[in-house]
Amino acid sequence: MQIDRRLISHFDWALFGLTLGVIFLGILTIYSATYSVTGEEVNLASKQFSWFVIGGLAMILTMTIDYHVIDRLAYPFYAGALGLLVLVLFVGSFGGGSQRWINLGVFTLQPSEPAKLATVLVLAKYLQYDEPAGGYRLRDLWWPALIVAPLMLLTLVQPDLGTAVVLFLVFMSVVLMGGLRLRSFSYLVAAGMIFLPVAWQFLKPYQQRRVLTFLNPDLDPLGAGYHIIQSKIAIGSGRLFGKGYLRGTQNQLDFLPAQHTDFVFSVFAEEWGFVGGLLLLALYFLLIAFSLRVVARAKDRFGSLLVFGMLSIVFWQVVINVAMVAGLLPVVGIPLPLVSYGGSSLVSMMTAIGLMMNVSMRRFMF
Amino acid sequence: MLPLSFRKEVDPHIRSRVHLLVMLVTVAFVSLIGRLFLLQVMHGDWYTYLSENNRIRIKKVPGARGMVFDRRGNLVVDNRPSFDLLFVAEDAAEPEVTLKHLAHVLGREEKDFVKLLEDNKTRPAFGEIVLGRDIDWRTVVAVETHQLDLPGVTLWIRPRRSYLANRAGAHLLGYIGEVNPRQLKAQRGKGYLMGDEIGQFGLEKNWEEYLRGRSGGQQVEVDALGRRVRILHAVEDAPGQNVYLTLDLDLQETAYQALEGKHGTIVALDVNSGAVLAMVSTPGFDPNVFARGVSAEEWRDLVRDPANPLNNQAIQGQYPPGSTFKIVLAIAALEEGVIQPETNLLCHGSLAVGNRTFRDWKKEGHGAVNLHKGIVESCDVYFYQLGQKLGVDRIARYARDLGLGQIGGIALDHEKPGLIPDSEWKQRRFGQPWFPGETPSIAIGQGYVTVTPLQMANLIATVANGGTLYRPWFVRKVESLDGRLIREYGPAAIRSLKLKENTLEMVRRALQDVVNTGSGTGGRARSELVKIAGKTGTAQVAEMRGAIVKSEHLPYALRDHAWFVAFAPAEKPEIAVAVLVEHGGHGGSAAAPLAKKVIEKYFLLTNEPTPLQPKLASLLGAPRAD
Repeated sequence: MQIDRRLISHFDWALFGLTLGVIFLGILTIYSATYSVTGEEVNLASKQFSWFVIGGLAMILTMTIDYHVIDRLAYPFYAGALGLLVLVLFVGSFGGGSQRWINLGVFTLQPSEPAKLATVLVLAKYLQYDEPAGGYRLRDLWWPALIVAPLMLLTLVQPDLGTAVVLFLVFMSVVLMGGLRLRSFSYLVAAGMIFLPVAWQFLKPYQQRRVLTFLNPDLDPLGAGYHIIQSKIAIGSGRLFGKGYLRGTQNQLDFLPAQHTDFVFSVFAEEWGFVGGLLLLALYFLLIAFSLRVVARAKDRFGSLLVFGMLSIVFWQVVINVAMVAGLLPVVGIPLPLVSYGGSSLVSMMTAIGLMMNVSMRRFMF
Repeated sequence: MLPLSFRKEVDPHIRSRVHLLVMLVTVAFVSLIGRLFLLQVMHGDWYTYLSENNRIRIKKVPGARGMVFDRRGNLVVDNRPSFDLLFVAEDAAEPEVTLKHLAHVLGREEKDFVKLLEDNKTRPAFGEIVLGRDIDWRTVVAVETHQLDLPGVTLWIRPRRSYLANRAGAHLLGYIGEVNPRQLKAQRGKGYLMGDEIGQFGLEKNWEEYLRGRSGGQQVEVDALGRRVRILHAVEDAPGQNVYLTLDLDLQETAYQALEGKHGTIVALDVNSGAVLAMVSTPGFDPNVFARGVSAEEWRDLVRDPANPLNNQAIQGQYPPGSTFKIVLAIAALEEGVIQPETNLLCHGSLAVGNRTFRDWKKEGHGAVNLHKGIVESCDVYFYQLGQKLGVDRIARYARDLGLGQIGGIALDHEKPGLIPDSEWKQRRFGQPWFPGETPSIAIGQGYVTVTPLQMANLIATVANGGTLYRPWFVRKVESLDGRLIREYGPAAIRSLKLKENTLEMVRRALQDVVNTGSGTGGRARSELVKIAGKTGTAQVAEMRGAIVKSEHLPYALRDHAWFVAFAPAEKPEIAVAVLVEHGGHGGSAAAPLAKKVIEKYFLLTNEPTPLQPKLASLLGAPRAD
């Protein structure tokens, strides 16, 4: 394959640099979160670094292939992701009360991560043509709704409420960006309000408890409210400049739950303080701002929607994760993109960034 | 447009939406940063406090109290390690599950533990719930083994007071208890804290300043499971000082055994110093119960018991002395010269004074009685007449000189003075003059006269040592842990009686014959081992007019108190003993054999080689060094 020199000259250094910066902070924090004074346990930072290398390869790969080729691969990719989600139902391994992983011997794969990418791919593919005058009505969207619904349902039954929520939010974001009429959107919101009590019934008792204790943490300070309280203590006690790297007591003494995955931000904020938290959030903000610039400048609607879909995955996960550990939202299992420990998440997020850069590089190519 | 452009190019809709999105994203991130600012900058100090509270526990380490040794170096009061089982609910993710697991490990009822959790709902955050105090060794091992499965459950080791004499030493040694609010106020500035132990009674109370250990403390860092990670800061605790008694533990136990099952008192003093060798009051109590923490129920039972087991009757019990009081009469009569020792007075079995007839205990009378015979046979009629000759005021003066009717000053609380009546007292108390018809009762230690067993022991010791009345004492010295002398105590004479040369000699000879001649009332105290001298007493509780009824045929509460006061060896006295058996009947049969037991034990012990000083290792809870 011949590489156009313009591709190199239009390489998006901003996205690339910001991504590396966030991943670097992530590996640093995972080292601290799985650091043990005795040094007996395997530190997960080196494993995350391996995933970073693999993710880098995936990123280069998705960057190099013209995204119009990816347009054609959207449905096969979707089929693959759907297939994995079905497979996990039967051969998935359990962890923390749910069945989310497929054990491949060397590593475990979490199919809900590629499912996020698949959702964006098929939506961008469907919505790439000019929107109808006045925008899409609900009945125009039956097809994308139909193909995304199985992904959401399959993650819900695992159960993985967090991923299902992210899929839903990404779906809504892309559809709105793609040109859903605002009036149709308000119908959808109204319908959602009505069905919320019904959906409540489908939540597992532990999920219901989490929502209730989020609304009132004092309901059960030793049970479900414990994680929220400990996480807020970790973040708050970091104060302005933090307790210092590897010195977070909430982290080192295991008061924090899931330190290296969902609550990794608390570890970071405890050890680096408000200044650190500000830096990390600023990196995310810039990442999103630069990718929004790519959305605006992309050469075609497919490119715009593809980048927008990917950035909405990043955006929603960052906002929900940070809001959750800071006690603004109920605890749902959503990783902090590019930072939380986990190969599937890191590789698929780096793939997403690769796609963004792909679109960015090709904005001047005709 | 170029060929590829069958795909639609980006339309202005998307461009315009991006501007809106930049704003929305900015709002979202500003909200998150605002939240971080609130948590970390505005409330940072509060969350820092919470995080320190999470990881740092203050552990008080109570300093071990000083040990107590008897006069031969035997350990009397010790500290042994004891384990409390504590639970900090905040350290367990699921407290109920942990408690149920613990119940399973210990083979106990789940609901007992879970109920404790309920009962302690209002405790402060990270406050400890006491699951068990002084738990047994099997439980300690079980908990240690399953420590990892029992987050929040900890064992706390602390020294616990152990009274090796058990009930025998209860009243003298006293007991400890948690400091109460009143004491906290009174002891302000001495560093007592709520929950500290403080001496509440007996030696433990009055030697508190020496025995008390200085508490130390630890700042301990714990992890989320409540496991101790490291000690951040520690203040060393310091053990209290050791107290050496004049008491003899073996003698004390002998005295206690002699009284077991009876209500009574035995006091043994060193004749030549007034040092207490034994002091027992029954029924007693077990001070170890107090060391573990007395329950409300146990306390109520102790306080409501009509036998007053908490009272030290040796200093708090006031009894009529009965015929033991005749010793006072004999001394007074000889000193005042109201009678010559060899003068015979006649005894027909009763004496009429005014319109009252006073009976002798021996119905047929003792015939011609001189002083010696009067004491040996305890002839009441002889002493009625001495009483008449002396008058109540002279009797009272000698009684008081011999330590009766006043507080003797032993370093124990609640000592009672007893009562020695005289005409002035009668006037003050009843507004009436003394009637001569009241004196005969006084002469045989009845009527208004009351004494404590300690006073009687001190009196007989004074007779034995030639007239020096010592203040009774029982602590020999206080030493620091490393053996440095902190304080030493010695005999203190209250007064030396200026008596005629042979007054006491005559009395002592008579007392010797009370025990060692066939006609004496104290024959039951006669010993093969050592020559004992003594005097019996049978104190009437209820006055029996008319027919003489044998004491054992009376209801228990009306039976006579049995007395025996003694010293030995008769020729060169070392030990003085007073025995009182409440409602025991005749002094000669109920009290004298007990005195003999104690005295014989004393001489058996004196002939034993003195054991070596017990090793200090016993501080760590090793078994008592015998």
